[in-house]
Amino acid sequence: MLYTLNDLDRCKKKPFVVSVGHAMAELRTETMTVNMGPQHPSTHGVLRLVLELDGETVVSVSPTIGFLHTGIEKTAEQKKWQQVIPLVERMDYLGAQSNSLAFCLSVEQLLGLEVPQRVKDLRVLIAELQRLSSHLVWFGTHAMEIGAITGMLYAFREREILMNLNEHLAGFRFFPSYIRVGGLREDIPRGWLEAVTAFLDRFPGKLDEYETLITKNPIWLDRTRGVGVITLEDCQKWGLFGPIARASGSDFDVRRAFPYSGYETYDFDVIGASNGDVYDRYLVRVAEMRESTKICRQAVERIAPVGEWAVNDRRIVPPPKDQVYTEMEALIQHFLIYSQGFTVPAGDAYVPVEGPRGEHGCYVVSDGSNRPWRVHMRSPGLMACQALHKFIVGGMIADVIAVIGSLDVVMGDVDR
Amino acid sequence: MSAAAEIIAALAAAVPGAQYEELQSSDSNVTPVILVPVAHLLATAQALRNAPGLEFHAFSDVTAVDFYPQRQPRFDLVYHFVSPHRRARVRVKVRLDLNQAVSSITSVWPGAGWTEREIYDLFGIVFEGHDDLRRLMMPDDWEGYPLRKDYPVQLRKDASTYMPLQVTEEEFRANLERDRLVRPQPPTP
Repeated sequence: MLYTLNDLDRCKKKPFVVSVGHAMAELRTETMTVNMGPQHPSTHGVLRLVLELDGETVVSVSPTIGFLHTGIEKTAEQKKWQQVIPLVERMDYLGAQSNSLAFCLSVEQLLGLEVPQRVKDLRVLIAELQRLSSHLVWFGTHAMEIGAITGMLYAFREREILMNLNEHLAGFRFFPSYIRVGGLREDIPRGWLEAVTAFLDRFPGKLDEYETLITKNPIWLDRTRGVGVITLEDCQKWGLFGPIARASGSDFDVRRAFPYSGYETYDFDVIGASNGDVYDRYLVRVAEMRESTKICRQAVERIAPVGEWAVNDRRIVPPPKDQVYTEMEALIQHFLIYSQGFTVPAGDAYVPVEGPRGEHGCYVVSDGSNRPWRVHMRSPGLMACQALHKFIVGGMIADVIAVIGSLDVVMGDVDR
Repeated sequence: MSAAAEIIAALAAAVPGAQYEELQSSDSNVTPVILVPVAHLLATAQALRNAPGLEFHAFSDVTAVDFYPQRQPRFDLVYHFVSPHRRARVRVKVRLDLNQAVSSITSVWPGAGWTEREIYDLFGIVFEGHDDLRRLMMPDDWEGYPLRKDYPVQLRKDASTYMPLQVTEEEFRANLERDRLVRPQPPTP
């Protein structure tokens, strides 16, 4: 049906004129309370936000957490030292192996263990692959929530390869529990390093592909630039480290400031940006993926295909199976480790690591027995959820989604 | 002079009258550990953040450890602060007894708010001056403090409502009756 010019003219809205003073007297300025979550797809699990809105502007926000609280810290006190590792990996489930790395480094600090160089390099490689894997999930979900669904499909394609690498390495895709106190669970499987190299050859090109999708996309720029800004001072006051603080001008990276596991010998840049908005956090994380690839390459070059995979300390690492079957002492040692575990000297330790979301750290306390007295994981996500109002109050409700995506919170890490 | 002794010397100038103690830990070479008296925690926190030469601008973490029944006073509060530009860390410990309150440091680092709520929730330690001290992880009507060492591990509890019913049973029934859809009866022939 065709419209005549006359019809269109009639449809035009007449200008709405009222006397200002009169209108103000009648205007309703009530705010509206909106419940978002805990089952909202953009809340990355089970984060519940009660938003107070004035029109579309967010006036206040009160996050409610705890829906995923599983009492891992209490459970860990009932387990032997080595049994805690699968538990802590389930805290930040996207950066699983940075949890177990933090825990193992702290326990090794208490034990006074120095792991062999090859183990250090392997741990660095595993931690960086885990960072890539976590950042890929962040990239995919963040892009999807803002509307670029294609980004999610691309990112999960590469993440699938990383999951397969985990499976090849340890038999598990999500929670490999491969990093152990005293080293690794076993030596790397045959062909794993070649598989990692193949991934590293493929990945930078794919990263360029993602960037052509998103980085200069005008819709993306409109949705993210100048949105959810936080200053460096606020970051430090609210306990925010990692990519969030670095997007606000910080140069603090635990890998550089307090090197662990031999990071001081690797050549990489600490990525920073200065605007502190959603777009800068995006840029920082994407550039971090490139740096991680660089670190992975250096690590792969250093790692011999066969070699030491744990400390040579029979109190902590069980003897090889051929000795267990032929030597009495080895059999006794094997039996002791698997029935009683090992004891850790009394004391406390906290060794921070740079997880995908910021400073991860495990504060462990031992009373000298074979079970931890206290295990506490510092949670970067908890800090980000707590400071959420700093990012979104005064902004639009649609920006809440963009901000939560850019903070990259994982509720398993927040609630523990 | 150890790093902890240097921090204590700088603190002593800023907080008169406080007795600090240097503690040993397995990672003391990276993270010096100092024991702070409960009464001086807030003043110490302000000095750690603002005093020249200390400048621990960033809040990292706070948690608690329960040493029941091994030690009296039974709780340790363990704070971690970071100075990003000085590349320095410090661990501050405060010893607390049961039912002993401690001042909140949210006025110095607002980021301590939720972690203090978590400690209140799981250990039952009260922070004075905290403006929103509610449970964080557990439901609001939970009884007991799960991370205490005298809290039973294998406790079985009936599921309880998150929010109590706001009306009496009579009112509830009256509301049901009021809202009940009554079909108009067909006219009897």
